[in-house]
Amino acid sequence: MALLSFERKYRVRGGTLLYGDTFDFWVGPYYVGFFGVCTVVFAVIGTALIIYGAAIGPTWNPWLISINPPPIEYKLAFAPMREGGLWQWISIFALLAFISWALRMVEIARKLGMTYHIPIAFSFAILAFATLNVFRPIMLGAWGHGFPYGIWSHLNWVWFTGYQYGNFHYNPLHMVAITFFFTNAFALALHAGMVLSAANVQKGETMKQPEHEDTYFRDTIGYSIGTLGIHRLGLFTALSAGFWSAACIIISGPPIWSRTWMEWWEFLR
Amino acid sequence: MAEYQNVFTRVQVFGPADHGIPVADAENRAIKPFNSVLLGRIGNAQFGPIYLGYLGILSIVCFAIGFSIIGLNMLASVDWNLVTFVREFFWLQLAAPLPQHGLKILPPLDEGGWWLLAGFFITASILLWWVRMYRRAIALGLGLHVCYAFASAIWLYLVLGFIRPILMGRWSEAVPFGIFPHLDWTNNFSIIYGNLFWNPFHGLSIAFLYGSAVLFAMHGATILAVSRYGGERELEQMSDRGTAAERAGLFWRWVMGFNASYESIHRWAWWFAVLTTLTGGIGILITGPVVTNWTVWGQEAGIVPTDFSIWPITPQSTVSSWGAD
Repeated sequence: MALLSFERKYRVRGGTLLYGDTFDFWVGPYYVGFFGVCTVVFAVIGTALIIYGAAIGPTWNPWLISINPPPIEYKLAFAPMREGGLWQWISIFALLAFISWALRMVEIARKLGMTYHIPIAFSFAILAFATLNVFRPIMLGAWGHGFPYGIWSHLNWVWFTGYQYGNFHYNPLHMVAITFFFTNAFALALHAGMVLSAANVQKGETMKQPEHEDTYFRDTIGYSIGTLGIHRLGLFTALSAGFWSAACIIISGPPIWSRTWMEWWEFLR
Repeated sequence: MAEYQNVFTRVQVFGPADHGIPVADAENRAIKPFNSVLLGRIGNAQFGPIYLGYLGILSIVCFAIGFSIIGLNMLASVDWNLVTFVREFFWLQLAAPLPQHGLKILPPLDEGGWWLLAGFFITASILLWWVRMYRRAIALGLGLHVCYAFASAIWLYLVLGFIRPILMGRWSEAVPFGIFPHLDWTNNFSIIYGNLFWNPFHGLSIAFLYGSAVLFAMHGATILAVSRYGGERELEQMSDRGTAAERAGLFWRWVMGFNASYESIHRWAWWFAVLTTLTGGIGILITGPVVTNWTVWGQEAGIVPTDFSIWPITPQSTVSSWGAD
């Protein structure tokens, strides 16, 4: 696999968190590392279990395949493989693979002399997943409260879980999360549009620099956050969206809130 | 780990204010620029100047009129009682016209006429603001990418309040103005049309919305992680590649075997953000005029099971299993 013209000088030893040079090499464009090996092992086992689950399930229609959590009668115990045990092991291997992936990002960041923003950001996604399928089921006392793994079946879970609380749009933290998601997409459109429009200018113009970007947003809205600030803002809105999504589902259920979210607002009246 | 992880700007230097790239009508730039140390911790400290042209002023006036119509209608609905207005604010609304008025241009004011007037002024305000964004880009010789992205958001707005109601033949199909009322509308819309989750365009829109969050997290974090090499100066890195761009690219190449460039990441980002509202608008537009029940549609398309028992029954999560036998 060809190296990029400038790549060789960056491919240096070191920066690993564990076991020194043992897996400190590349395969094609991919860095391996101890955590790369971990990721591959966990991901392969998890994927194999999903395929096995599909094979013993009722359908091969990829839209409908679903790996279901155990019935709540099993509470927090391990269930037989065919009755949700697969879901439990797939969840375990998924979490292990995600965490290994994050630690591999740490090693790569160290190799390249970068700070840890990317693995820290990824850990918010892991947190959201763990909240849905580990923390909240534990809080409710049964693994059966996790969501099923299926392209459309997980939406079915979202639909039914949402309506158990009346109208989930009234969940105050769900409102916060959605607001962050929308704000994030809005800011992303403005940032991407701004950079592209400064680089791809009108006919006869030369490529612009940040002075033009600042002028455009000062002219139109009175403030330009600047080249560094927009990336802080973007990272903040994206991570907030994930964080408050996790928060809005963890507060849905006893002991925190088990009535409709419409009722929660009655304190105002 | 004892390295500085770029979070806030720690040292701020204040020089003379930047008055912006000279343009022909620079005398329209108002507000003397000033610095805010608080803003400076996150981004640029400088606030202002702002360009005040007739389009922008007209847009603000239109918005103020529309906003006042909504507010005064809400106030009237609680008999002009300010205390009740504040307490009930989240529940108050300016409702769309009654169904029997169809597409009448001006039904009686208290049966939807005010809604149409408010909608007219707010729409006028948004369109004027779009022209302002367009003209400011032209004045600076910039591309029109921000304007086109803005147009995609306006598309979704117009589908919800204008285009779809016309296709359905009555303004009553449109969204009411109000905090909880518009959430109720969303809720009922989904239920009436057989669960919007099975609408593939709704699915695409959500995927692009979440994808936008993933992309901005990846992009924002990458740029901050190479900010010690000046990586936030994206346009310079684009035209004259430095070590920041090389490291940022290699990071993702080593992680997932593929990397965007300093320019192409903004194309990915632009399309994800733009497609969120573009596909969302399509999904709303065809709900009703084309598809009346998404569950039935999904079952015919083979993406929703005819026998839901192949999927688990979602357990009642309002009851704890702790202590239960």
